[in-house]
Amino acid sequence: MAERDGGHRRPNRGRLAPYGLLAPGIIWLTLFFLVPLASLARMSLSSKQSRFDFVPSFSWDWANYSDVFSLYGTQLARSFGFALAATVLCLLIGYPLAYWVAVHGGRWRNVLIGLVVVPFFTSFLLRTISWTVLLADNGTVVQAARWAGLLRVLRAAGLIDGDRLLDTPLAVIGGLTYNFLPFMILPIYVSLEKIDLRLLDAAADLYASGTSTLRRVVFPLSLPGVFAGSLLTFIPASGDFVNAAFLGGTRSRMIGNVVQDRFLVQLDYPGAAAISLLMMAIITSAVLLYAKLLGTAELA
Amino acid sequence: MRARLGHLALTAAALGGFAFLFMPIVVIVVFSFNQPVGRFNLVWHSFTLENWLHPFARDDINATVWRSLRVAFVSMVAAGVMGTLVALALVRYRFRGGALVNLLLVLPLTTPEIVMGSSLALLFLDRGVERSFWTIAIAHTMFCVSFVAITVKARLRGFDWTLEDAAMDLGAGPWRTFSRITFPLILPGVLAAALLSFSLSIDDFIITSFVAGEGDTTFPLYVFGAFQRELAPQVNVISTALLLLSVGALAASVLYQRARLR
Repeated sequence: MAERDGGHRRPNRGRLAPYGLLAPGIIWLTLFFLVPLASLARMSLSSKQSRFDFVPSFSWDWANYSDVFSLYGTQLARSFGFALAATVLCLLIGYPLAYWVAVHGGRWRNVLIGLVVVPFFTSFLLRTISWTVLLADNGTVVQAARWAGLLRVLRAAGLIDGDRLLDTPLAVIGGLTYNFLPFMILPIYVSLEKIDLRLLDAAADLYASGTSTLRRVVFPLSLPGVFAGSLLTFIPASGDFVNAAFLGGTRSRMIGNVVQDRFLVQLDYPGAAAISLLMMAIITSAVLLYAKLLGTAELA
Repeated sequence: MRARLGHLALTAAALGGFAFLFMPIVVIVVFSFNQPVGRFNLVWHSFTLENWLHPFARDDINATVWRSLRVAFVSMVAAGVMGTLVALALVRYRFRGGALVNLLLVLPLTTPEIVMGSSLALLFLDRGVERSFWTIAIAHTMFCVSFVAITVKARLRGFDWTLEDAAMDLGAGPWRTFSRITFPLILPGVLAAALLSFSLSIDDFIITSFVAGEGDTTFPLYVFGAFQRELAPQVNVISTALLLLSVGALAASVLYQRARLR
């Protein structure tokens, strides 16, 4: 018998239909996303008998976790610091851009927002390598920064050392900002685009100045976009190791570099697993805290 | 006067942002015309068309590009089908566990790639699965399913499902209703999601570096290794060509949609 659900939904043939549709995708995600996380948890509590023991045995060994802080505390803190700096920079660069396109883009809106995505049709690695060309010692960028007295300021801030931009923490933060910028711009644009532009006129009619319209009307309405954009920037940035590998020196190794090295080079699976899980735990808590601060309950 | 200045500053900031986004792209394109001295195409030497005349001169690079295209295609199809079905279930039916399904879809997006990569590699290790082309495809399908499901779901909101009832009332069977009504209507959303999944897969490096077998180098894996060994200008040529192709595809789809609207 066909029965109607809520009037506009199609006849519901059996209650099992949605589960049938869900099954392949959900089974795939369970098998290749959730189950591996369980493997990771198990491995993080295993211990190796020797350096060359490649099949560590499970033993409730919490030492791997305390090792993370004692051995890689610096890299862990640095990763979150770099990711935070990149997220703030993305917001500072991305918000005005998204706002400009949404409010002043007119009929070119779609083309302009499409332009934001275009650079990302080339390889992520190659784009990062291009920055090594742009920031090369005695290149145009370095010389311009020196001429403007910027190098001295950055050196004083501890973001670079010597007369170089390449192989510095600043270069890594810049690379992260560059690579994740569209993930900030697009959600902000989507939330700004929904705003009825007549609201701005209404605010002006009520004698609100440009800045107070922005602060009291536009920004609150765009918060969901800021929230989503910050997460989509912060999370991949904190786990990235490509930017640090190409643009950073020894002073800018991130936790991703440590995991990659532990896992793929040293074959220290328990160590790598503990770092990965700890990172995920920290990120999850940070996300929940951030959601509370912004008052945004819904994630997706 | 102040408002004018504000507007000027805003425009300058936005244009600066666009310049920032395109700077490395300019480098990639310009260096595809470079005749490098030595093994690294990182210092400008002299202009040449040689690289563009022989874009496929390097068999080792071609093999990695071809492998990347194949992985991207396989995961696009697999994730496209599975993700679309999940989105359909979420939008059309009310059922227990919907919130849980949504959470499971978002999780891969909020998990750092190194966590997904290392955990999958451990699973394959645990089960004695040899890392290969297929382990890469499995991993890419995994994160693409989420992206497809979320993209299609967003597109299907506000979709008028009564059209299906109308078709059924007029005597169309379930299959005919799906193929003649539902499928054509959801197709644009599904295609957009598939395109997204293709580009995510073809550019993925971090997860791939954990799950690829010894001989199964994809293009990103090749580029990463090449940064230490040698960087041939063909890499720039192929990347520029891929960029032009995708921009062309994007422009064509926009023009096509505009033409259809008229």
